[in-house]
Amino acid sequence: MLENYLPILVFVVLGVLFGVGPLLMSFVLAPNKPDAEKNSPYECGFEPFEDSRMKFDVRFYLVAILFIIFDLEIAFLFPWAIVLDEIGLFGLLSMAVFLSLLVVGFIYEWRKGALEWE
Amino acid sequence: MFNALQGWLSIFLWDWLAILMTLVLQVVIVVLPIMIAVAFLTLAERKVIGFMQVRMGPNRVGPNGILQPFADALKLIMKEFVRPQQSNLYLFIIAPVLALAPVVAAWAVIPFGEGAVVSDINVGVMYVLAVSSIVVYGVIIAGWASNSKYAFLGALRASAQKVSYEIAMGFALVTVLMVAGSMNLTEIVHGQQGGFWNWYWIPLLPMLAVYFISGLAETNRTPFDVVEGEAEIVAGFHVEYSSMGFGVFMLAEYAMMVLISFMTAIMFLGGWYSPFENIPVLDPLTAWIPGFIWLFLKVAFLLFLFLWFRATFPRYRYDQLMRLGWKVLIPLTIVWVFVVGVMHYFSIGPWFN
Repeated sequence: MLENYLPILVFVVLGVLFGVGPLLMSFVLAPNKPDAEKNSPYECGFEPFEDSRMKFDVRFYLVAILFIIFDLEIAFLFPWAIVLDEIGLFGLLSMAVFLSLLVVGFIYEWRKGALEWE
Repeated sequence: MFNALQGWLSIFLWDWLAILMTLVLQVVIVVLPIMIAVAFLTLAERKVIGFMQVRMGPNRVGPNGILQPFADALKLIMKEFVRPQQSNLYLFIIAPVLALAPVVAAWAVIPFGEGAVVSDINVGVMYVLAVSSIVVYGVIIAGWASNSKYAFLGALRASAQKVSYEIAMGFALVTVLMVAGSMNLTEIVHGQQGGFWNWYWIPLLPMLAVYFISGLAETNRTPFDVVEGEAEIVAGFHVEYSSMGFGVFMLAEYAMMVLISFMTAIMFLGGWYSPFENIPVLDPLTAWIPGFIWLFLKVAFLLFLFLWFRATFPRYRYDQLMRLGWKVLIPLTIVWVFVVGVMHYFSIGPWFN
């Protein structure tokens, strides 16, 4: 079974080459005449007057945290979905309980307004 | 065929080299046509949207503009690669590669026909989901390394959007796995044998919609292209990219579109099976058409939907987009997991057995 993963390695290497190749070609073939104006960050004609790595909205963090919870849930559901035939009603109900817990949390965060973007 | 080639090569070379060369050949045979398809998809997009807006689209380069993608690629290669002086140079260059490489790597497990798959691993769906989510890193790194306000905001929006819709996409995949009972893409297609009423789009119709809509959002296509939002943040996370840096991002986006169309066709629309299977007159009439033609027709139709949506829908506002993802698609998918569980328990229809 493990030898099936060798082509994936080749694919990854080739994918990287497909990304690096065109970049290298444009480094070699294209003109390179940098000047201060050209290399300054784009800001609609202004001089960039501060570092652009500024504070940003806390809701992006919130989305990231919620994503981790749900993505873990999906990772749990994947193997469960495969063996659904063998685990029968007990497996179905136990996952129903597990999912219900998640749904309760989901309703809570919905009511708390964690999903609001005004 | 490839085994014969490997055997023939190993007469002259070391065994490992023969294996490696056959493998590389296989991979190139898969990836090159896809890259060409991606190139022509950009042309198809401009043509389709052109005709929908009653104009010609590109028609200068070659007959009817057929060589336009190559002219575009050549032009992009010959342009200067601007390296903004405040950027983190290495991250700035790694980002486009990180966006493209996973999309190429995901093709390893896609079956194009009966047995026509490079790497027939038993966790195919999981692999595609995992690998395609690495693309988000390319976006975040591009936005961060550019050190430009527009790029930064664009990257934040893009990553939040992709991450949100990935959940809906994951749940939709779970329902497919519940019906199919396997993560191997070839076996998922085998489960849909016997006419279009056996395909999974009937029991999973809402999930087909959810998966495709999430796919639109994952690839930042209109109606979900707030990431690019020309009027607000210019071009989003790739404002600072010129030349092939920009080109590689575009390549990644379009390759992702093709990948999502393939996944939709394989998981919901019967893969390489003909829609006329087990239909009295039509089946013998169309039996000569090889399977991969049917798969490509389905993929072409789905790709046309991508372009059609772009020509038809106005852009969502960001709060509307997040509302659709979190408050409509995710609850719908959770409910449908329960529904499919019940359907599975009572073995309804030809899909569960």
